[in-house]
Amino acid sequence: MEQRLEGILNNYLQNEGNVISILQDIENEFGYLPEDAISWISDRLDVPPARFYGIATFYSQFHLKPRGKHCITACTGTACHVKGSEWLISSLTSELHLLPDEDTTEDRKFTVEKVNCLGACSIAPVVVIDKEVYGKMSSDRLMKLVKKLEKKESEKEKA
Amino acid sequence: MSTSSVEIKVCLGTSGNAAGGEEVLRLFRHYVFDRAVEARIGTRCEFRKVGCRGFCSKDVLVDVIINGSKTTYQSVKPIMVERIVDDHIVGGGPIPEWMAGDEYTSFHSKQYKIILGPCGEIDPENIDDYIRMNGYRAARKAVTKMTPDGVIDVVTQSGLRGRGGSGFSTGEKWRICRGQKNDTRYIIGNVGEVNRALAEGNPHAIIEGLLIGGYAIGAQKGYLYIRERYHLSVERLRTALDQARDKGFIGKDIFGSGFDFNIEFSFGTESFICGEETALMESIEGKRAMPRYRPPFPAEKGLWGMPTVINNAETFSNIPLIIGMGADWFSSIGTAESKGTKVFTLSGKVKNNGLVEIPMGMPLREIVYSIGGGIAGNRKLKAVQVGGPSGGIIPESMIDMGLDYESLRKVGSIVGSGGMVVFDDEDCIVSVTKFFVEFLQRESCGECTPCRIGTKRMLELLIKITDGTGEIEDLDTLNRLSGIMTASSLCGLGRTASNPFITSFNHFRDEYLAHIRDKKCPAGVCPALVVFMVVPEKCKGCGLCRKACPAGAVTGEIKKAHDINQELCIKCGACYKVCKLKAIKKQ
Ligand SMILES: Cc1cc2nc3c(=O)[nH]c(=O)nc-3n(C[C@H](O)[C@H](O)[C@H](O)COP(=O)(O)O)c2cc1C
Ligand code: FES
Repeated sequence: MEQRLEGILNNYLQNEGNVISILQDIENEFGYLPEDAISWISDRLDVPPARFYGIATFYSQFHLKPRGKHCITACTGTACHVKGSEWLISSLTSELHLLPDEDTTEDRKFTVEKVNCLGACSIAPVVVIDKEVYGKMSSDRLMKLVKKLEKKESEKEKA
Repeated sequence: MSTSSVEIKVCLGTSGNAAGGEEVLRLFRHYVFDRAVEARIGTRCEFRKVGCRGFCSKDVLVDVIINGSKTTYQSVKPIMVERIVDDHIVGGGPIPEWMAGDEYTSFHSKQYKIILGPCGEIDPENIDDYIRMNGYRAARKAVTKMTPDGVIDVVTQSGLRGRGGSGFSTGEKWRICRGQKNDTRYIIGNVGEVNRALAEGNPHAIIEGLLIGGYAIGAQKGYLYIRERYHLSVERLRTALDQARDKGFIGKDIFGSGFDFNIEFSFGTESFICGEETALMESIEGKRAMPRYRPPFPAEKGLWGMPTVINNAETFSNIPLIIGMGADWFSSIGTAESKGTKVFTLSGKVKNNGLVEIPMGMPLREIVYSIGGGIAGNRKLKAVQVGGPSGGIIPESMIDMGLDYESLRKVGSIVGSGGMVVFDDEDCIVSVTKFFVEFLQRESCGECTPCRIGTKRMLELLIKITDGTGEIEDLDTLNRLSGIMTASSLCGLGRTASNPFITSFNHFRDEYLAHIRDKKCPAGVCPALVVFMVVPEKCKGCGLCRKACPAGAVTGEIKKAHDINQELCIKCGACYKVCKLKAIKKQ
C-alpha cells in the first residue's frame, strides 16, 4: 500500500495537485478511500485528516467503503428517468438482493450506483458497466448482462 | 484531395461507441484489407473516426464517400459491414434498405450547425483535420494582428452571450476582467454534460476559444474544468491539447508574438453545484464546492483571488468563428437580443432523440415536430421542459414561442444547460416536478438556509401530494417557499430551484388539484393513486403481462383472462406497456 501511496504523493508534488486530486488518485488506485491511506497521506503532508474527510463526504464520487468488483452505474438524469431508469435500478437491486440502503453486494462482486446525467441523453436510458457505456437499456438486456457477469465470477471461483 | 477516393467515416462519440462503433470500424478495416479492396478498385480507402453528429438514436452512423458522393448508413451493426464493403465499395451499388432515411434528413435540415458542424466530419484526434478547416487561423489572427481590446470589441459587437446559463454578454465579462489592475488573471472553460459531444467531436474549437479569450483578458493560464467521469471527453481534450502544444499553439511565445499561455485540466465531480462558477473555483482550489458571495464577481476577484473569466465550453467554441468570420456574420444569426445558435439535447418522448443546434429564436414547435419528428408512438404532446433541472415546464399551448434568452425568461424558464425534455400525456406533471425537486434537494450544497431547507420542504410537500395525502393549503406553502428561495438563496441553484414548481403550477393547476382533491393521478403514474386492472373482455390470455410483471402479481392460465393481485402489484406499469390488446387499464 505504501508504495502505491508514495506514487500518488509524488504525482501530487510534481503536478501541483490538491486535496481533491489526491483523493481522486487514491480512489482510482484502490477503488475507494481506505482509512489507512488517508491517515498515511495526512501524516506525510501534515494536513489534518478532517480536511480529507470534509472533501470525501461532500462529493458523491468518493467512497469510504470498499466497492464491488463490478460497478453498474445507472443514469438517473431527467432523460433517463423519463425512459424508465427507475425500473432498471429496482430490477438490479432485486436481482442482486440488495437492501434499500445497500449499494454493494455482500460478496463485494457488484456495486450498483446512480449518477446524474452522463450527457448521453439521446440514447437514454443509459447504464455504465465497468466503464463501458450501454444505451437504450432494457430490463431484459440488463439482466442478461448481469447474469453473464455473475456466471463469469462463479466460474472464476470454481477454477 | 484526389478525385478518385473512398472515405469511410464512422461515428465514434459516446453513443457511437455504445452501439459498437469501434467494432464496426475495425471490421471495415479488416474487410478492406482482407479482400484487397484497394488494389481491386484502384484507389486508397481512408478511414476516419468522427465525433457525434447528433442523431444518436440511429447509431452507429457510417458515411461512405466515393468520389465525393456521400451515402449515410444508419444503425450499422458489425454483421452489416461485410456487405457494405462488397456491394457498395467494391460493387459500386449502395444498399438502399440500410441507408439513412427521411428522418435523418429532416432531423438535420432545420438545424444550423456552426458549432457542431465539424463534429461528424473531422477526426477529433487529429489536429491536421481541424487545421484544414481553418483551425487556429482565428487564434493566429487575434494574437498577431489584433490588440486584446480589439478582440474584446469584436466579441462584444457580435452580441455573443454566455451559453452556460446566465446569458451575460461575453465581451462585457472579458472587458470587466481586463480592466482589473492585477497582473495575474485566469480563464476557465466550464465543460458540462451538454458540452460532451462538442468535447468529443471538436475539442480544438474549445481550446482555440480559450486561447483567444486568454489573450483578450491577458491571462497566462487557462483551465479546462471537466467532470472526471466523462472519460471519452477527457481523453479527446487531452489528446487535442497535447497536439496543440506540439504545434506551438499553446505554450511560450505563441505564433512568435511573445504571448505565453498554458492550459491545464482540473477534474471535477459530477455534482450539479460544481457547474456553478464560484463553487467551481472553490473546487479547483481543492475545497468543498460551495458558492461564494457576490460581489465581488469572479471577473474582479476569482480563482486564487485573481480576476477570472469563466465561460461555458460552447461559448468558447463560438469565439474562433466570430474572430474568423466577423461580428456582423455572427450577429446576422438569431434574434434581436439573442445572437448565434444554441445547442440543445432533445430527449424524452420525441421520435428523434439527439443533439441539435438551432439558430436562436427558433419556435419550440419546429424543434419538436420537424427536428424531433413529433411524439413517439403517436401520443399527445403535453409539455416541454427546457433548461435542465431548474428550467421551466412549458405547456403544449405555448409551443409556438421562440427559443431565446428573453422568450424563455418570460415563461419562467432559462436556457440553462440546454436540456430539453419532451413529455407526453402519459407523464404526470406533478411527479415530474417532484423528480426535479428531488434532484435539486440532493444537489443543494447546504451552505445557505433558503435552499437547504427550502428544497427539502418543497420535496416533502410534493411527495405528500403524489402520495394522495396532500391538502389545498400545501399549494400555498409551496408558492410561499418558492418566493423565499428565489429572493434569498445564495446562488443560482436555490434561486432557480422553484422554476419547475412555479411553471408547472401555473400551467397545470388542474393536475395538482386532481391529486389533492380527487385523489387521482390523471396520467396514471403516481403509484399511490393508480390501480392497474385487467379488462376481462379484451384479455386473450397471451401471458405477456404475466412474464413482464417483476412482482409476480399477475396470474392466469394461457388463453384465459388474467388477473392482477392488487396486494402484490408495485404499480410499475410493465403489464400496461407490454399488452398489445389494450386489455390493461389504469385508473
Ligand atoms: C447550479 C448551477 C449549475 C451550473 N452548471 C453549469 C454547467 O454545467 N456548465 C456551465 O457552463 N455553466 C453552469 N452554470 C452557470 C455558471 O455558473 C456560469 O454562469 C457559466 O459557466 C458562465 O459561462 P457563460 O457566461 O459562458 O454562460 C451553473 C450555474 C448554477 C447555478
Ligand atoms: S439523462 Fe441520462 S444521460 Fe442525460
